[in-house]
Amino acid sequence: MAQEFFIQGNEACAKGAIAAGCRFFAGYPITPSTEVAETLARELPKVGGSFVQMEDEIASAGAIIGGSWGGTKSMTATSGPGISLMQENIGYAFMSETPIVIVDVQRGSPSTAQPTMTSQSDMMQARWGSHGDYEPIALAPSSVQEFFDFTIKAFNLAEEFRVPVFVMADEIVGHMREKITVEDDIEIVPRKRPEKSDDYLPFENTENGTNPMPAFGDGFNIHVTGLTHDERGYPDTNNPETHQKLVQRICDKILNNKDKICSVKSQNCEDADMIIVSYGSPVRSVGEAVTKAREDGLKVGYIKIDTPWPFPDEQLLELASNAKDVLVVEMNLGQMYYEVDRVLGKGADVHLMGVIGGVMPTPDEIVEKIKEIGGN
Amino acid sequence: MSQHKENRFLPYMREDRLPHIFCPGCGNGAIINAFLAAMEKAEMDFDNIAMVSGIGCSSRIPGYLNCDSLHTTHGRALSFATGLKVANKDLDVVVFTGDGDAASIGGNHLIHAARRNINLTVICINNNIYGMTGGQISPTSPKGSFGTTAPYGNRDTPFNLAELVAAAGASYSARWTTVQIENLVLAIKDGLKNPGFSFIEVATQCPTYYGRKNKLRTPTAMAAVMKANTVFKSAADRMSAKELEGKIVVGEFANKQKDEFTQGIENISVEKSGKKTLINSAYESEL
Repeated sequence: MAQEFFIQGNEACAKGAIAAGCRFFAGYPITPSTEVAETLARELPKVGGSFVQMEDEIASAGAIIGGSWGGTKSMTATSGPGISLMQENIGYAFMSETPIVIVDVQRGSPSTAQPTMTSQSDMMQARWGSHGDYEPIALAPSSVQEFFDFTIKAFNLAEEFRVPVFVMADEIVGHMREKITVEDDIEIVPRKRPEKSDDYLPFENTENGTNPMPAFGDGFNIHVTGLTHDERGYPDTNNPETHQKLVQRICDKILNNKDKICSVKSQNCEDADMIIVSYGSPVRSVGEAVTKAREDGLKVGYIKIDTPWPFPDEQLLELASNAKDVLVVEMNLGQMYYEVDRVLGKGADVHLMGVIGGVMPTPDEIVEKIKEIGGN
Repeated sequence: MSQHKENRFLPYMREDRLPHIFCPGCGNGAIINAFLAAMEKAEMDFDNIAMVSGIGCSSRIPGYLNCDSLHTTHGRALSFATGLKVANKDLDVVVFTGDGDAASIGGNHLIHAARRNINLTVICINNNIYGMTGGQISPTSPKGSFGTTAPYGNRDTPFNLAELVAAAGASYSARWTTVQIENLVLAIKDGLKNPGFSFIEVATQCPTYYGRKNKLRTPTAMAAVMKANTVFKSAADRMSAKELEGKIVVGEFANKQKDEFTQGIENISVEKSGKKTLINSAYESEL
């Protein structure tokens, strides 16, 4: 029977991680994500899992990559400054194709800025924070239920594509309390072990792009490196073709599966002259604003992006192709705005309502912005 | 016709990766031999060994050995090794690192891994210089020595690594050199058998960079200087700081049993869930 809980977002994230099969957490305390670590420190030993408080965020990212190669689904949770420190090891996880989950409960930025206040200032950090070409997956929850659901989804996607997955929450979703429903039949994706054979290639350039992953100790004797490596995993750093094939494959395995990964939700878009695009907690205000605007006779709809990365170009084009105006509402001075403009800017005027300071845009403020654009 | 004698440790190596990248006269080859001899002496199961390394010449060693090996980011090997060991405490995890990797960029991870007394065996190959990037000074370069970033002589005070790690809480810490291979083999054997954090610092020669910059032009000249400057710890303990200037103190700096980190995690799991920490749970569809 499904169970109901009235819990905090960060606790729901920890609960989702355990439901998804996470049995190792390594992290470092940072507001406003700390309750994820605190909850897992308490709960993981009850299910045969391990919790380690590392010496810093760099070590936390390293430890979960090591844990993942040790055969355990592994996660860390942090906020903007911690993500900044983790970036080199996150890049290593992309290059070595290591499934890990990184929860970012975003706070006011840049630098230490506003530890206890909300923001969505790390969206581009999740996309481009580490050096080089790679394709991340990021999910943005807008409720406590979604923080639970998306954490499970993050583990499943990480295993399916052998890639780091970000859960881009924010202080509001992390700290508020709501009712969640936990179903009995939660789908979890187990890791696939390769078959033993003489011609086994751990990093084969297959068409599908994602290879099964052995654990250390399984007897495959594999070499894992962040250097450009051939299909055996051996360093081959001066051969352009080896690098091209490897980096193209780790990008294509995500880009060629966007239809499986990308998720958006929408409301009232069919007849809308104006469509609001948002993600994460501001969607809560956007939904209310659209209801109010409709009451005032304005033809407004909205698109909620569940998966900011990879960016859902196709879904946006399908839903917003008739809109004259598009308004992006986000808690930064314009990050996903540029992606929306890239996709929809040819057919519509794309506007930004970028709110910083640690406060969420209210429905009334959004309605006001809708009317201001409509009056132009 | 010269007789080709096969190295008896070749079966442990990834022969398809040879030849290696190490320079002529480098100490890494002797250290690989010492490690494999120690592993046999300790009666370890080579198939159960997993290696982790960072960045630098010494960190390339695991890539040539036929076992699971994780070649990670610069300085971070110990954090990856910590996660690997916690995820599967049945593995024998060995870390190869160097003075720049372990003591400069990775210094924080080094003292914290030692503090936790996590059951890892760390071979720290100390050549007093950054070899892979071309001869810059490292945190163990002696005062007054020359490197490409110390053209007028190094002004920094070097770390005493074996002592630092012992002070940070490791249950085993020792230092030997590449001219005392028998002692080194025994120390690595003891480190492998010690159920805690084991740190073996190996003072070695880098003729290509350290030697060239410091007027020690051949590997044998470097080995002779190293041998002449070696002092056993028992003797060093009775010497003054002035007498010890320029000396390499060899011997054990820590060797005492302490609580081990992953055992502590397992104990909590047993207490709270009634079972040991799960191994390879990522492959299970239901837990």
